Amino acid sequence: MSISVTHNYTDQPEPEFSAEKLLEVQRFISMYPEGKQKSALMRILHLAEEEFGGWLSVPTMNYVARLLNIQPIEVYEVATFYTMFNIEKPGKVVLEVCRTGPCMLVGSDQIIEYIENKLDIKVGQTSADGMFTLKTAECLGACGYGPMLQCGKHYHEHLTPAKVDELLDTLRKEHSEK
Amino acid sequence: MGRKLLLEHANVPGIETFEVYRRNGGYRSVEKALKTMSPQNVVEEVQASGLRGRGGAGFPTGMKWSFLAKPEGVPRYLLCNADESEPGTFKDRYLMEKIPHLLVEGMIVSSYALGCNQSYIYIRGEYMWVLEIVEKAIAEAYANGFLGKNILGSGYDLDLAIAPGGGAYICGEETALIESLEGKRGNPRIKPPFPAVKGLWGCPTVVNNVESIAAVVPIVNDGGAEYAKIGIGKSTGTKLISACGNLVKPGVYEIELGLSVEEFIYSDEWCGGIANGKKIKACVPGGSSVPILPANLITKTAEGTDRLMSYESLAEGGFATGSMLGSGGFIVFDEDQCIVRNTWNFARFYAHESCGQCSPCREGTGWMEKVLRRLEHGQGHMHDIDLLAEINKKIEGNTICPLGDAAAWPVAAAIRHFREEFEWHVTHPDEAVKRNFGIASNHMPLV
Ligand SMILES: Cc1cc2nc3c(=O)[nH]c(=O)nc-3n(C[C@H](O)[C@H](O)[C@H](O)COP(=O)(O)O)c2cc1C
Ligand code: SF4
Ligand code: FES
Repeated sequence: MSISVTHNYTDQPEPEFSAEKLLEVQRFISMYPEGKQKSALMRILHLAEEEFGGWLSVPTMNYVARLLNIQPIEVYEVATFYTMFNIEKPGKVVLEVCRTGPCMLVGSDQIIEYIENKLDIKVGQTSADGMFTLKTAECLGACGYGPMLQCGKHYHEHLTPAKVDELLDTLRKEHSEK
Repeated sequence: MGRKLLLEHANVPGIETFEVYRRNGGYRSVEKALKTMSPQNVVEEVQASGLRGRGGAGFPTGMKWSFLAKPEGVPRYLLCNADESEPGTFKDRYLMEKIPHLLVEGMIVSSYALGCNQSYIYIRGEYMWVLEIVEKAIAEAYANGFLGKNILGSGYDLDLAIAPGGGAYICGEETALIESLEGKRGNPRIKPPFPAVKGLWGCPTVVNNVESIAAVVPIVNDGGAEYAKIGIGKSTGTKLISACGNLVKPGVYEIELGLSVEEFIYSDEWCGGIANGKKIKACVPGGSSVPILPANLITKTAEGTDRLMSYESLAEGGFATGSMLGSGGFIVFDEDQCIVRNTWNFARFYAHESCGQCSPCREGTGWMEKVLRRLEHGQGHMHDIDLLAEINKKIEGNTICPLGDAAAWPVAAAIRHFREEFEWHVTHPDEAVKRNFGIASNHMPLV
């Protein structure tokens, strides 16, 4: 699973959380005993992704290390192990279609192929307009409601080509305004 | 209708709020335990209930609790395993989403029994929306005096928090979960020492599944003996089954253990039969890591008796002709499904999810995936089938954690029961490719 992160260094300065988000960071840290603040790492990485463009650049990870008073390598290790963290900049919207057995039994392969054709990309790629990145995911705990995909925090279940069309239109509208 | 102990109120409007939950009898077990029972009494009730862990292995919960070391001056921890990543399993999500206070209530009573003052729920990162639901329930429990200092004036203090994962199946393994909770990569630890002695931050720790913890609520309310009356033999109580695949009504069901498999699959009260009027071909009854059963062994055992939804009956005949109840992820295949394709798909899952720490698992799962991919794409050889069995033997029993076995067993079972289908892929390569649902790419290059 591990991927090198050194290539994702950007010249950008370290980002910073707003005062409001810093309070949240403090709340996450306070959930653990004194000296065990490293346990809050994953929660803060999720927050950092949400706040800083949907991915973890090296400056972002260095900032998180500083917040937690741990070594940057401790953050890189975690960010590269867990599949949910993006260490490469994705499109504005990331679509993660479940491809595991139970979803496959009810047509996930066809849904993946349908999206590939529609966006003219392959799994792992980003559409030419920079809007959609298509990924596959392993079982997301929606096996009885497949085929399904996750987009941000949202689950979209019982997918059909028509539902995919509708979803992509809605997402495109929502995100082109931003 | 079977009795429901966990999901009885799941469809009451507003049950996710403290107020409605309380009005429907919620938090009675906390009052009862903290006011009238000693922690030891609670442990004894759980032992008397015969409850077996609902996370997959089925180890008796009361016995696990009794192993917890209690050195002086060292905190101990209860961790709820809400990592739920076993393909086919989506029951814990349902429980937390529908009736989050049941888990919070179970965490309070269980923590009291174990003498923990700080407990955590480790929830898979993809369930962020479920995390928000449970976190709201926790906040309500604090606001109503069921969490925090001096709960209900009993002198007992408990803090409860949630930790999210980052999308790694291996973090469901209890020592990997502990590593992950400590903010590290989810690499399983070598056992012993077991978590009961050295777990989170080196302190004694119990890890239990969401459903196991929720089941403690009715056990305390009604008594362990009452709970033990439900079910069959050593499979006591009710069990959540998440049914999926080619069924008329996939979904999450609470069954009394001992229900017949036939009734579960075919009756309208449960799954309603096979979708599109097709016949059943196979079934994986306990999540992707348990052996697959061919049609003739699903509703009957090899001895010809009715197969029941219980730990014992599903395992009857051992791995030769049986399987496991596992996590209750019940996956059904209709007659048109390709077993080789499915075996490859699951092998790909395990290869993807291996944490990479031990060579037999890291290399073996990847190797099996490649061989199966070849076979599925009509590029395999007859000796590949035996090669798979060979790799299997190299992995089984030679790894730090059971993920290696979990990857090996399903492949062995698929070959045992469906060998002709694997051979057919070798002898009919073109047809095998065509049968491939007409999909060319399969989202992974052939190598
Ligand atoms: C690879 C692997 C994944 C696991 N995933 C889960 C899981 O998602 N949820 C769970 O409760 N147990 C899971 N388990 C089992 C746990 O290690 C542990 O036995 C269980 O959480 C104990 O709870 P219980 O006694 O209440 O069943 C997994 C085990 C392995 C080896
Ligand atoms: S068996 Fe696999 S998942 Fe388990 S510790 Fe070894 S490499 Fe990691
Ligand atoms: S198999 Fe797709 S969500 Fe479980």
